[in-house]
Amino acid sequence: MADMSVAHTAGASKLGRFIIYGLLALVCLYYLMPLFVMLSTSLKSLDEIRAGNLLSLPGEFRTDAWVKAWDSACTGVQCEGLKGFFWNSVSFVVPAVVISTMIGAFNGYALTMYRFRGSDLVFGMLMIGCFIPFQVVLLPMAQTLGALGIANSTLGLVFVHVVYGAAFTTLFFRNYYVTIPDELVKAAKIDGAGFLRIFFSIILPLSVPIIVVSVIWQFTQVWNDFLFGVVFSSGDRQPITVALNNLVNTSTGVKEYNVDMAAAIIAALPTLLVYIVAGKYFVRGLTAGAVKG
Amino acid sequence: MNATVLSSTTAPAARPARRCRWCDTLDAWLPKLVVAPTFVCSLVFVYGYILWTAVLSLTPSRLLPNYEFAGLAQYEALFDNERWWQALSNLAVFGGGFIVICLAVGLLLAVLLDQKIRAEGFIRSIYLYPMALSFIVTGTAWKWILNPEFGIEKLVHDWGFTNFTFDWLIDPEWSIYTVIVAAVWQSSGFVMALFLAGLRGIDDSIIKAAQVDGASMPTIYRRIIIPSLRPVFFSSFMILAHIAVKSFDLVMALTNGGPGFSSDLPATFMYSFAFTRNQIGLGAASAMMMLMIVVAVIVPFMYSEMRRSRHG
Amino acid sequence: MGALSIRNVRKSYHGNEILKGIDLEIDKGEFLILVGPSGCGKSTLLSMIAGLDSVTSGEIRIGDRVVNDLSPKDRDIAMVFQSYALYPNMTVRENISFGLQIRKVPAAEQARIVERVANTLQIGHLLDRKPSQLSGGQRQRVAMGRAISREPSLFLFDEPLSNLDAKLRVEMRTEIKLLHQRMGTSIVYVTHDQIEAMTLGDKIAVMKAGEVQQFGTPQEIYDNPANLFVAGFMGSPSMNFIPAKVEAVGSGYGVKLESGQRTHVFPVPGGDGKLKAWEGREVLFGIRPEQITHKSESRLGLPQFQTAEMPIRLTEPTGPDTMVLVPINGKDVVCRVHPAHAGQPGESMELMFDLSKSVFFDPASEQRIA
Repeated sequence: MADMSVAHTAGASKLGRFIIYGLLALVCLYYLMPLFVMLSTSLKSLDEIRAGNLLSLPGEFRTDAWVKAWDSACTGVQCEGLKGFFWNSVSFVVPAVVISTMIGAFNGYALTMYRFRGSDLVFGMLMIGCFIPFQVVLLPMAQTLGALGIANSTLGLVFVHVVYGAAFTTLFFRNYYVTIPDELVKAAKIDGAGFLRIFFSIILPLSVPIIVVSVIWQFTQVWNDFLFGVVFSSGDRQPITVALNNLVNTSTGVKEYNVDMAAAIIAALPTLLVYIVAGKYFVRGLTAGAVKG
Repeated sequence: MNATVLSSTTAPAARPARRCRWCDTLDAWLPKLVVAPTFVCSLVFVYGYILWTAVLSLTPSRLLPNYEFAGLAQYEALFDNERWWQALSNLAVFGGGFIVICLAVGLLLAVLLDQKIRAEGFIRSIYLYPMALSFIVTGTAWKWILNPEFGIEKLVHDWGFTNFTFDWLIDPEWSIYTVIVAAVWQSSGFVMALFLAGLRGIDDSIIKAAQVDGASMPTIYRRIIIPSLRPVFFSSFMILAHIAVKSFDLVMALTNGGPGFSSDLPATFMYSFAFTRNQIGLGAASAMMMLMIVVAVIVPFMYSEMRRSRHG
Repeated sequence: MGALSIRNVRKSYHGNEILKGIDLEIDKGEFLILVGPSGCGKSTLLSMIAGLDSVTSGEIRIGDRVVNDLSPKDRDIAMVFQSYALYPNMTVRENISFGLQIRKVPAAEQARIVERVANTLQIGHLLDRKPSQLSGGQRQRVAMGRAISREPSLFLFDEPLSNLDAKLRVEMRTEIKLLHQRMGTSIVYVTHDQIEAMTLGDKIAVMKAGEVQQFGTPQEIYDNPANLFVAGFMGSPSMNFIPAKVEAVGSGYGVKLESGQRTHVFPVPGGDGKLKAWEGREVLFGIRPEQITHKSESRLGLPQFQTAEMPIRLTEPTGPDTMVLVPINGKDVVCRVHPAHAGQPGESMELMFDLSKSVFFDPASEQRIA
């Protein structure tokens, strides 16, 4: 079909291609611009920032702003940089991701391969849970975490992220498992394997791609979360997103835009790295629920 | 091949060895047992908590929950609150602008990328990377870019257009539009990915048939391809509407609801009343209203879409 | 003692009756075919025999045990699936020994069994491959290998050949039959392909809409179909059904056939008793294509053979035979003619009808009359 159109409009189509590539490149610049601005600003000195503009390049690469953002920038009353908050995030993100992915795998398996009376109802209930605005559960959850004594703790944040993340991971695994033929499970049943044996010997080894998708999705979601972090934690227990916001909005002395930008990049770095390394799976995760839903 | 190799004289080893009724019963219950905790969690932490919030919204709770019945007093207070109306109208402006622009940009980029582009994967990953960032990071970056003192305004001045002003960020009339700018930057690549997946799912032979019928490429896009992307429009709309209603982080980082409360959204309104201004009852009422907005937007849309798909 | 007996088995889902009282029985070593169009309930029945679906009412016995409430692993069965259902993450060897491993067969014994199975099915060279590295036919063999490794008392096959191409299907069909002859294990085999049913089965159960329409040997079913559905379903090309009026001829009865400008009344041998009640009314006259051939002098005069000259509308050469289409009573009737004797479209030719195996159906109830 390409041949037909090329044959009689070769010139026009060449121009057309040129325009298409031009547009695509322009849009690339638009998407990349903020990242570039952040990076170049973070490497400038404050004087350079005042003298130059957004697109001007730093005269020399200075890492002072990065060091300060990590080590000594003020995030409210304390001035110890982002480092503690970075590790806060790591400490609840990792367990939350692991646990919610495991729960999602088990749920998806049980709901897909062992349909029981009401299994569709359970799944539907979980899916609605993906759609509610979380504001509607914040107040009761704050009360509950307080009553359980895990407010403002790593455990509390893990708990909240697992509870509200499990619906998404279940959706991922279920959508993946419906593509695995039922006959595989039937064959294993006839071979004498039980629920757990089938899961660990047959289903789980087939689940590597969806585990990667789920882990990446959950990692991105939980790391980037702000709402739960700002509501359920305070002081030096806060996640990095909250600390970044505090850092940027702390108005003592001169506004250090270079430190703000370095801090923003530090907060973005883990998810950005994951995206660069495993972008394919990230996109699969984004589209998995959406296209089917 | 030997006819005796599988004769039954060699069989006994493979006979079922263990018989355990109890294990079988347990095994039959395991799927339900596995799902049960999530089911209970969902029942309590989603549905139970919605009810709880509903109850709170009917009480005069302030700093602490107080379970006296106050009728609809909090809702009356909410609808007398000028800031709430500002948040609602901002949601309409933001939601409308954000969804329409994202859909348009997403579709355009997907169509452009679907023209057998070299380095498509690379370009696609550039369009999509903002989705990996936190809204707080996005807000921080755009706050700097839109900053009238050193941001775009200064850049254009440096280019020689000294009369140019661009101060939406500090203009109460325009501050909500900066949220649209940043949100579109973050989410339009995602919509592009959805549309691109949809385009790739279209049967090639339909397009070939239309070409053989003499249709031009623009006609094919207008009459065949874009209409068949209807389900993608649908799911994109749902996702974008959902993002819009719960938008919170971006506003917090970009404008913090300001100047004044000119860029407040229901989510920031709820947060500030429930958690910083100690108005739990009012916060709960606004949360319930947010839930109703989601229901009001998504349910009719879903319903009409389901009717359509059922009647083909 | 039967190898499998199914008594008044019913199955309903959400108030819909999928199976409406099935009764079947086979002896040890017999090859039972469940055949029918999709949705007839044959696969559900197989799943119930396997224990993968529950029985709503009735009784299934394998050997001398009622198995209704036994789990699949305790039923002493093995199953080959349509998609083969090989475990993708395991090698062929692991696929075959998985069931043995679960049954805690000692490793040395497992190795011996795998070896034997591999020899029987000639898949020894594939043992260390993953299923994704096998061709369709090889996967089919491995699936069978997995089933025979456990030496069950009953094999279940769920449309095992339908994912293969036509040539391989014929080869594997032969192989399954040989395997059955060699091992002598009872088999229940589900298919929608009537040729597979005819070639493989000792007994065939033709099913439709959750009921067994007819249960018998392949030849019984072919020659003496119980009703219009069975007659039409078994055989390819399908039996001709010609609406025709019953008339008295001499001392007996016959059917009135009109073709071209001519009218013929063919007396039906032995049809006097049952056709009498239908005199003057229309019946469906069923005759298979191979029972309408070119005129053969040697058979002329025998009472069951009738000849008639009919106009040819179309011919379809298949190689060994040519299918000739002639209009009879307004219907296109397929006749199976030797290529050398087939005429051309537009011409007419002398055809010989063998009425000894013709059958008659009530057009309303579709049941057999004679």
